[in-house]
Amino acid sequence: MKAPLSWKTGGLLLGVVFFAAVLLVKPIGVSTQFVILDGILWDTVDSSVVTESTEAKSGYTSSNAYLAKSGGSYAKSVENPLNYSFVFVLALMAGAALSARLRGGVEKAEKSMPAVWRVNFGDEPWKRYLATFLAGFVVLYGARLAGGCTSGHMMSGMMQTAVSGFIFAGGVFAAGIPTALILFRKEN
Amino acid sequence: MSSIILAIVIGGAFGFTLDRIGATNPNFIIRMLNLTNLHLMRAILLGIGVAAVLAFGGLLTGLVDPGHLSVKTAYIGVFVGGLLLGLGFAVAGYCPGTGLAAAASGRYDAIVFALGGLLGAFAYMVTYADIASMGLLAEIAGGKTTLGTIAGTNYPALFDLSGELIGLVMGAAFIAVAWLLPERILGSKKHEAPAE
Repeated sequence: MKAPLSWKTGGLLLGVVFFAAVLLVKPIGVSTQFVILDGILWDTVDSSVVTESTEAKSGYTSSNAYLAKSGGSYAKSVENPLNYSFVFVLALMAGAALSARLRGGVEKAEKSMPAVWRVNFGDEPWKRYLATFLAGFVVLYGARLAGGCTSGHMMSGMMQTAVSGFIFAGGVFAAGIPTALILFRKEN
Repeated sequence: MSSIILAIVIGGAFGFTLDRIGATNPNFIIRMLNLTNLHLMRAILLGIGVAAVLAFGGLLTGLVDPGHLSVKTAYIGVFVGGLLLGLGFAVAGYCPGTGLAAAASGRYDAIVFALGGLLGAFAYMVTYADIASMGLLAEIAGGKTTLGTIAGTNYPALFDLSGELIGLVMGAAFIAVAWLLPERILGSKKHEAPAE
């Protein structure tokens, strides 16, 4: 198992990207955009979810307390998806897709599940999909409760010496390491 | 408009880098967490270290506008949310950013992860008021606190010292730890003498 870049080159590049974001705009974050996309979908089904408001600081408010918080800044992003943070995440996906394509794509056997899963839990895709669906649910619920994810809290937070970033990283590894040790005992 | 161009350039570079360091490959994330391959841990620590040294060096020299910093509030939910994220992170081998990047790279399980994520984020939106009333979102440690005092910001400081200096030292420490970590901690392929 080998990554395209060594940890030294890759880590250096990662650091430069996180620095460039702070230098030019603001710290990197991803998980809020799951909320924005949910808001866009919800507002498409029920257009009364996000509405214009002269009282809200952003000019928008929502019937949902979470979208309405902080002066309706999330509600505003839902109404105007062509904003920095949302486009950032779309570009993130495009960048990853380009990189994967240039290295020849993901191997066929890896597409449905990683080798470390297959050796521990067998190769039925439905088991893996059920697990990742539930994991996705828990991860994003946790990220929103924490107010950020690995990018926003851990990397962007700790690089700014934010105390919240250290608290978050402590929680992630306190749960993540024992879980991985228990679940993934066998190696390829 | 220029902010959209920056979003495309920086976001694109971030996604490209995530794929290049192996962060879109759940084998690396899971094996970082079960301590059998620390490649990604070292890359992440080096990344945080380099970013911190550049950012605080930039703040000291005036290159970086302190207004660009954005420190998040500390509250109990940050730790609880971290625990939840860590649990799912270990099961799936994906976090929000790497999950989306992996889905884009062509991994089907990552697409399913992202769909679960959309539902999880929605569940938070509709339970937010209850979570807030439980007191999980009440500030701790002063709220938007940083380790030291950073000039040009009004973030409270944990220690009454130069935040820029602490940032540089912390950055150097992260880089040093990245260098000192072994490739793996558990189950070395070279047979070790069993502990008796």
